Amino acid sequence: MPPLTRWYIKSAFVFLVAALALRIIQSIDALARGFPFLSALGPVYFHLFLVGWVTQLIFGIVFWMFPKYSMERPRRSERLGWVTFWLLNLGLGLRVIAEPMNSIEPRTAWGFLLILSALLQWLAGMGFVTNTWVRVKAK
Amino acid sequence: MPILSVFFIRTSLVYLGLGFTYGALLLANKGVPFSSPIWGLLSGHIEFLLIGWIIQLVLGVAYWILPRFSHGPVRGNEALPWLSYVLINAGIWMDLLSPLFHEIPWLPALGKITQTAAGALFLTHAWPRIKPVGK
Repeated sequence: MPPLTRWYIKSAFVFLVAALALRIIQSIDALARGFPFLSALGPVYFHLFLVGWVTQLIFGIVFWMFPKYSMERPRRSERLGWVTFWLLNLGLGLRVIAEPMNSIEPRTAWGFLLILSALLQWLAGMGFVTNTWVRVKAK
Repeated sequence: MPILSVFFIRTSLVYLGLGFTYGALLLANKGVPFSSPIWGLLSGHIEFLLIGWIIQLVLGVAYWILPRFSHGPVRGNEALPWLSYVLINAGIWMDLLSPLFHEIPWLPALGKITQTAAGALFLTHAWPRIKPVGK
């Protein structure tokens, strides 16, 4: 298993546990009511699951197991793979903070950080598609 | 990788690109609102990523790696998964474009029926391939 895949899978499990832990906190109404930050984490919960866990696990396994690009560069661009990993994790991590803060304090700098989060995650998606597209090929 | 898997997986990558683009627009609009109609992209964002990306990727990989048969066509009846590929994509677009066709109120339901049929056809194909290797 290549190092990047190990990072993807370990990071995916961290997000899975974070999503499950967040669900516990959200289920305790009294706790969520006392902390506006916690009650504003609804969309974050879904994205921890679907981007942090499911998508990231897929990205890692695809990078590892899809057909080789060439003998010299079996996984096409390792560098683009790493850039994609950091863009996705930084973008999602930023969202975890900025989205609830933006709902508590709208029209502040948090809104611009949310745009940055959107851009980072979008670039990650494009990076993954670019690196993977040519490895999806018939024998 | 068989050619049908190439179709499934490359199409899923296109939907990943579309789904992430819609998602980025929605999130940016939440940060600094610039257009109310952007919220209309939410159903497309979900459809592209759940059905178009994740499910279609899984079907493509399953067609590729599930155990093959030792007699006859190695992956069994190929017509069923090809039809599944056509139907799942037709279903996605019926669902997505339905707001533009108010005169066809049953179009969203037809889209979902088409997607369900795609799943059932793939299940029919895959069922006998879910077996010990070599049998």
